[in-house]
Amino acid sequence: MIVWVPMDSAAKAVGADEVAAAVLAEAEARGVTLDLRRNGARGMVWLEPLVEVEIDGLRHGFGPMSVADVPALFDDLSAHPRALGAVDELDWMRRQTRLTFARCGVIEPLSLAQYQAHGGLTGLRRTLDMAPAEVVAEVTASGLRGRGGAGFPTGIKWQTVHDAPGSRKYIVCNADEGDSGTFADRMIMEGDPFSLIEGMAIAGLAAGATKGFVYLRSEYPDAIAVMEQAVRIARAEGVLGPDVLGSGRAFDMEIRVGAGAYVCGEETSLLNSLEGRRGVVRAKPPLPALAGLFGCPTVVNNVISLATVPVILERGAQHYADFGLGRSRGTVTLQIAGNVARGGLFETAFGISLGDVVETLAGGTASGRPVKAAQVGGPLGAYMPREKFDTPLGYEEFDAAGGLVGHAGIVVFDDSADMLAMARFAMEFCAVESCGKCTPCRIGAVRGVETIDRIAQGDGAAIPLLTDLCETMKDGSLCALGGFTPYPVMSALTHFPEDFARSREAAE
Amino acid sequence: MTQPTAPAAPPDQAEIDAIIAAHAGLEGPLLPILHALQHAFGHVPQAAFDPLAEALRITKAELHGVISFYHDFREAPAGRQVLKICRAEACQAMGGAGLAEGVLRRLGLDWHGTTGDGAVTVEPVYCLGLCACAPAVMVDGRVHGRVDAARMDALLAEARA
Ligand SMILES: Cc1cc2nc3c(=O)[nH]c(=O)nc-3n(C[C@H](O)[C@H](O)[C@H](O)COP(=O)(O)O)c2cc1C
Ligand code: SF4
Ligand code: FES
Repeated sequence: MIVWVPMDSAAKAVGADEVAAAVLAEAEARGVTLDLRRNGARGMVWLEPLVEVEIDGLRHGFGPMSVADVPALFDDLSAHPRALGAVDELDWMRRQTRLTFARCGVIEPLSLAQYQAHGGLTGLRRTLDMAPAEVVAEVTASGLRGRGGAGFPTGIKWQTVHDAPGSRKYIVCNADEGDSGTFADRMIMEGDPFSLIEGMAIAGLAAGATKGFVYLRSEYPDAIAVMEQAVRIARAEGVLGPDVLGSGRAFDMEIRVGAGAYVCGEETSLLNSLEGRRGVVRAKPPLPALAGLFGCPTVVNNVISLATVPVILERGAQHYADFGLGRSRGTVTLQIAGNVARGGLFETAFGISLGDVVETLAGGTASGRPVKAAQVGGPLGAYMPREKFDTPLGYEEFDAAGGLVGHAGIVVFDDSADMLAMARFAMEFCAVESCGKCTPCRIGAVRGVETIDRIAQGDGAAIPLLTDLCETMKDGSLCALGGFTPYPVMSALTHFPEDFARSREAAE
Repeated sequence: MTQPTAPAAPPDQAEIDAIIAAHAGLEGPLLPILHALQHAFGHVPQAAFDPLAEALRITKAELHGVISFYHDFREAPAGRQVLKICRAEACQAMGGAGLAEGVLRRLGLDWHGTTGDGAVTVEPVYCLGLCACAPAVMVDGRVHGRVDAARMDALLAEARA
């Protein structure tokens, strides 16, 4: 009997390890020969722990499972109260276009053999047959844009590093994933780590770098453990090292652990942190692509950007570019979170509307109450009111609607949410996490909290002050922490003015 | 990773030196060394400052600047268990703020505080990547999702046992 139980940390957080142990114990008690496999997560977090029983190569899902549901897995499966049917046939799976996440949840994350059986390393092998400039051109032609937030074309960045003089260059993977509502980086690192390793190796060969670093946040101990093991395996199997897949060309990498600073997700702050300094943001220019880590030309890319590269090289740029909307090519790895009936990861072509995501995919709120707002793009992203739910997921489209796609995390709130409290939190977060370099961010955020507190006490005259403060932060901040905190604050104020119109009596 | 794994042992100079030496050859060795020291001792011990500054050829002021910049590093031991409660937006959307308030009130603590018996330190954390099974907490490196008041009580009881 083959049984799959995810080792993804979201599955573990709701009891997957306990369920796995119960499966083992039950099999032993019944004298059943069991092949227990730990996969990554499929992305249907509301069904976790999601156990799969493989019969004749077809994987049947059961979830959400508790320990008490385990014994029935060994009886008539069709009568199991948690039976969902074949996992690949579930609506959530069938509606997706899984390119980056094709293997995630399907294979055992640390099995290089399964990785290759599902197309892994094909892109890297192809890369080794191409000139570096051709690889860069392929990534450019795919239209891939940075998934870390800014949406900068990945191929162009690689080109700059490729063209930069110098023999010492670096590939740095930004795995700081600090945005609330995002977990795509974590899921792929825990569920398909070799795709990131392969993507970084391709980047290294294309840009002319022999060394890579993954800067991985300390809040992800499970992802750190999986990535460290995957790097060791890749090195032992000759995927990494002085002779990548027998090509005679070198690329190796290290996992480095962050230390709990949100701002270290900003690329120059991250580079300072890797160098062992305070994670203060650097002024640009120089671009990291020209003078990055230790002053050397450096590609800094998000986990999803890099993990998407192998499939682009495997299937060709056109295959990827054929998906999408306008200048947002390929797929977006939506992370649906917060107060939703169905939360998780959903990969689909750009162009799906926010409303479709919130109403159809997420199925509305978990609480059953009406949806009030969705924050898209993390703590620096705007609160989108329902009136804007027709906005299609695309960089330019969201920009035009006064929001941002960012890392494509979508956090849904029901009508009990207090948008003044959310605006206050945005300012508080900025104050806590500011690197301290610019006054409008460091001091402005503290003033922002105070100003919102005055509004909460019924001082309506403080509202214009808040608006002015947001303008100052926007104009006078070096990076998007100070510069974009006004997005959640002003969107809350603009779209939900009733939450800011507190009478003095009510406040007392 | 950064959680103390054992009650803070008195820092042993030989062990400190060994940790520094083991990482000194890395490119950008400071954060890996600080993590390793904290992992071994539950905090970055004062006794490590001089040898560390010397080994990396930085001033003690610079070293202190780095340690104080990052939320993870502590210069004094935490409680035997560190409970990190997510304060970020997705968890708030699922009642995380109320959950956190309840814990702090019951333990009589503010954020970063440690219970009188030295059992538990409560820290805020801004997202654990468990935003689709919110609210989420981490106890000594182990994650828990869909945490309600009853679950929180059980976790606290376990942590204080
Ligand atoms: C405050 C702040 C936090 C950021 N956090 C992250 C992060 O956690 N992960 C990430 O990939 N990019 C983050 N970014 C964006 C990076 O600066 C950078 O644009 C990105 O890593 C580039 O990779 P990409 O082109 O593949 O997106 C952040 C930016 C700012 C201003
Ligand atoms: S905006 Fe804030 S976080 Fe960004 S560089 Fe300025 S002070 Fe640092
Ligand atoms: S917001 Fe709490 S886990 Fe992400």
